[in-house]
Amino acid sequence: MLTGKVFKFGDNISTDLIVPGRLLHLRSNLPELAKHVLEDADATFAQRVKKGDFVVGGDNFGLGSSREHAPLVIKMAGVSAVLAKSFARIFFRNAINIGLPVLVCETDSFDDGDQLEIDLSAGTVRDLTNGAKLTFSPIPDIMLRILNEGGLVPYIQKHKDLVIPKGL
Amino acid sequence: MGKTLAEKILSTKSGTDARAGGMVVVPVDLVFVQDSTGPLTLRQLAELGIDTLKQPQRTVLFIDHSAPSPARELSNDHVFMRQFSRQKGGILSDVGEGVCHQRVAESWANPVEVIVGSDSHTTTAGAVGAFATGMGSTDIAVAIALGKTWFRVPETIRVKVNGHLHNGVYGKDLILHVIGAIGADGATYKSLEFGGEAIDKLGMSDRLTIANMAVEAGAKVGLFPSDKVTEEYLKLQGRPERYLPLGPDGDATYERTVEIDGELLEPTVSKPHTVDNTALARELKGVHIDQVFLGTCTNGRIEDFRIAARILKGRRAHAGTRLIVAPASQRTYLQMIEAGYMTTLVEAGGTVVPPGCAACLGVHQGVLGDGEACLSTANRNFKGRMGNPNAFVYLASPATAAATAITGEITDPREFL
Repeated sequence: MLTGKVFKFGDNISTDLIVPGRLLHLRSNLPELAKHVLEDADATFAQRVKKGDFVVGGDNFGLGSSREHAPLVIKMAGVSAVLAKSFARIFFRNAINIGLPVLVCETDSFDDGDQLEIDLSAGTVRDLTNGAKLTFSPIPDIMLRILNEGGLVPYIQKHKDLVIPKGL
Repeated sequence: MGKTLAEKILSTKSGTDARAGGMVVVPVDLVFVQDSTGPLTLRQLAELGIDTLKQPQRTVLFIDHSAPSPARELSNDHVFMRQFSRQKGGILSDVGEGVCHQRVAESWANPVEVIVGSDSHTTTAGAVGAFATGMGSTDIAVAIALGKTWFRVPETIRVKVNGHLHNGVYGKDLILHVIGAIGADGATYKSLEFGGEAIDKLGMSDRLTIANMAVEAGAKVGLFPSDKVTEEYLKLQGRPERYLPLGPDGDATYERTVEIDGELLEPTVSKPHTVDNTALARELKGVHIDQVFLGTCTNGRIEDFRIAARILKGRRAHAGTRLIVAPASQRTYLQMIEAGYMTTLVEAGGTVVPPGCAACLGVHQGVLGDGEACLSTANRNFKGRMGNPNAFVYLASPATAAATAITGEITDPREFL
């Protein structure tokens, strides 16, 4: 069970808003880069976010570059899941690969500051502030397996190969 | 039942009957990184505990995003990549050689191949009929180590363009129009497959521009048939033997078809801060532009500079407008010198910067000031893209860029043709 506070963002939160190119020189210094996470969307987010909190977006979260640094610094900031109505393809796959849950659900009912409780195995999100209860779309099977093993690196280490079980 | 281009390529590569929605594991024909995502990829490779490259001669490390380096941290990233290439293998494309996607088209990409790169605009190689897509560092590390990757076979949206494009209207205008029509997430997870009479007539340079920007509609790949234009292009690049004809089946299943009358298209511009925020160039007359940026993997080819040079020949950039010129590759640079375009563009007041990504991603060579507006031939105009969240980026064709440089405000290039 994940619990934390909502940090609400709008539609089209690009990877340039999460980790802009002007901070390219910090990409090999992830702890320093993480201090700037989402800075151009919300200048005080990095200072206010606490371990376990949630980033909540609208449509097309994570559009743009393939930079895996984007989900990485969100995870490093302590965020336990990102919820959005839809995600850009590369961001979604990158987040799973580094072990950050990304959940597709209606997000209009969540307000900034609401307290959420997420049951990853049941697929449910409860807004403890306004009582709303939602389900999120199931994560595709292969991605769930990768996520459950902590990401693609541990998945490959365990299976010694890129194993896609038959029938997926 | 027939197959789309994506299904055909993935069927061939996986040795299975690949259909939209299914899963495939495919060998990769080319895997590459660039200097903004490469260091993390190489660290993930070490994390995997795999020390050998599956295909060193089909693995390329590009130094293009901050080349030459403007900061010591980035210089150290470059040192790391060069050392890796020397010690572990992988071809190095160093400072000055050009942008990865242009170099891939020039030297490596072929029809019916699978190409993965740690850069979202890897879709560019779809122009030659390769299933080419961008991925993050960990996926790319796995592709380098194991020589393969997995895909969910994408559904396909067919973009059928009828008729022909008028003088002054280019592939860039077409793709900006498509993204404006379907939205920045209109093709998320999907294959965008281009076809129709106007596409058949389009040269490779325009096709590369269109495939490059497929990802700006969210697409996994932007695919073109492999035809006479592809054959001619591969011959010019010195590998005619790699040509394979490829087309979709007549009875292929498409999620939907977007039909466009090519003759109705006009010079198009994306306004800040999303690519799908489009308008016609003529509707934006009067918008002042501080900097015009000609170049990038989207529009930094010899054909693009030919278009710009024709408009700028004997004219000068407006006093209030800087003109920055970045060839996409060293080969393009040399072609520009030979054709005299370099002289034309410098005489017009242009500043030439080294082959590479240059000002596109906001690291160097054209970072915008507060409140400034740039009209760029690149592919992205997100807030903060060119190094400053308080600046404004418009996207357009090289012709619109050249006309805008002359007048200092957004200008329909047909006024100069």
